[in-house]
Amino acid sequence: MSLSKSAAAPAAARPTSKIASRRQRWGYVYVAPFAAVFTVFLVLPLGYALWMSLHNKGIATAGRSVFVGADNYVKAFTDPVFLEGLWRVLRFVLVMVPVQIVVALVAALLLDTLATRLSRATRLLIFVPYAIPAVIGALMWGFLYSPRFGPAQDVFGLLGLTAPNFLSSANIFGSLVNIVTWQWVGYYMIIIYAALRSIDPSVYEAAVLDGADGRQIALRIKVPMISSSMVMIVVFALIGTLQFFTEPQVLRSSAQGAIPSDYTPNMYAFATAFNYSQFNYASTLAFALGFLVFVGSYVFLFLTRKQSGLK
Amino acid sequence: MATSTLASKATTDRTARDTSGPVGQGRRIGSHVVLVILAVYFVVPLWWLAVASTKTNSGLFAGDALWFGSDFALWDNVTGLFTHQGGIYWTWFRNSFVYAVAGGVGATVLSVLAGYGLAKYRFRGRSVFFALLLGSVMVPMTALVIPTFVLLSGMGLLNTMWAVILPSLLSPVGVYLVRVYAQDAVPEEVLDAGRVDGAGELRLFFQVVLPLLRPAIVTVLLLTTVATWNNFFLPLAVLRDPNLLPVTVGIYNWQALSNAGAGGEQVWNLIVTGSFLSVVPLVAAFLSLQKYWQGGLSLGSVR
Repeated sequence: MSLSKSAAAPAAARPTSKIASRRQRWGYVYVAPFAAVFTVFLVLPLGYALWMSLHNKGIATAGRSVFVGADNYVKAFTDPVFLEGLWRVLRFVLVMVPVQIVVALVAALLLDTLATRLSRATRLLIFVPYAIPAVIGALMWGFLYSPRFGPAQDVFGLLGLTAPNFLSSANIFGSLVNIVTWQWVGYYMIIIYAALRSIDPSVYEAAVLDGADGRQIALRIKVPMISSSMVMIVVFALIGTLQFFTEPQVLRSSAQGAIPSDYTPNMYAFATAFNYSQFNYASTLAFALGFLVFVGSYVFLFLTRKQSGLK
Repeated sequence: MATSTLASKATTDRTARDTSGPVGQGRRIGSHVVLVILAVYFVVPLWWLAVASTKTNSGLFAGDALWFGSDFALWDNVTGLFTHQGGIYWTWFRNSFVYAVAGGVGATVLSVLAGYGLAKYRFRGRSVFFALLLGSVMVPMTALVIPTFVLLSGMGLLNTMWAVILPSLLSPVGVYLVRVYAQDAVPEEVLDAGRVDGAGELRLFFQVVLPLLRPAIVTVLLLTTVATWNNFFLPLAVLRDPNLLPVTVGIYNWQALSNAGAGGEQVWNLIVTGSFLSVVPLVAAFLSLQKYWQGGLSLGSVR
């Protein structure tokens, strides 16, 4: 290990003797098991997906893999089904991410100012859905939405209204937004809440002396101070939403006809692989989606580097 | 303290803003109303699930959906789970448990080792590896499922428990959390003092480092166990044998069959009771381990 290399690392200003530099090699021992898994189950699948996306295999090629260059990508980005799916998850991002963030932020800000037993219980109750598997969550809401099982008709009947069909093509978008919001707001709320708790309360005292009210303190002081947590949550929500799969897949059989098997890009890739055994094209779709998610979150982190503190 | 004095004021003008504290009386009531609405929204589905698991297959369609029916059939339903298809539900339950424990513990061990190694040793290639790790946090895991399927098939591991456990060992976020936490939680001076006393690197790790990392370890264990318990896409793709499925995929299959099939295949009461029982372990774990995760889950937000 060269001295210049170790000096480039942060906090490496300590004198480095020969024994000390040999000791640094223990790092390899600690990192090796993870590096092996990282290579086999991340680098290798990614590389293999890329390779498969550049080849075709089938009856037309006599069962051999034939290099086809960018053909599959040209096909994917002119495939109306894939493009429609992309556009759909983009709309989910535009609606679902802000809804989740706003609900989580409001809940966390309220919980931060109240220290009552009710607020402690509420904090726990909002978080519980995080512990529910997405499959079970979607299944449960599928029952609640169902005109046959659900309480919707009873509840709307009280108000003299007729319940809408939550599982119709027209309403399924909102119904899915609701499921994901229910599932994830608690997790985001806990992260925001913990960030709020870590703010030194003396920061507020000056603002109170200047006559600021709760809302001003919340919006002008608290929110800017937790911006790095907010950025992190948005990235999580963004990545999760773009790979939307479980909830629509589970709701598919309850919402007869409202959710096609290619509703989202991930569902399309899954169906292409496992219903039609087109693994080369499925890999192309998966790789293209993964690439777009990666670029999307990278661009977002770049644009918000000031708020997140990542430079 | 400030809140209790405010609460003791019997009458307060709702529109007046109390400038002596950040929260006025009217606002306090308003805040609590919002909280109650939120609590109801988040709890009602679970309440429905608990109530519905006490109903018979036909009882689910009759009467008030949010209140108990005329028959209390919870025990019948649990018995039904033991007899339907030879009690396969409990096989799924056990599988989920095996996957969650093996995946969770395994991923945590790898994350702790790697996170500590990256934080405290300056070996060649460290910065490159850390940059790769940060980048991989942004790779959507579902993009890996299809190529992983093909790879596992090449290794002959398809349709085995390993097909679910091995990919679950990968937790870049876990490594990142431990690495960030270890940076400050394990002071160089403590390590150096141990070395001066003649302790080897491994002994330092087990006797000094591990206790210092406990909050990060609990957090990563919780995150990875939940992730494996909740996993759906991966087992759906790599498992065919019904006896290897986790409870999530098993119940999904029952639901799809019940929606598509007629009479005898419709086991709504078993689906509902099976769903209810499957959420009990994690909810119980979260409620009883509150003090650990409440601080821990925010680790990622602290730089």
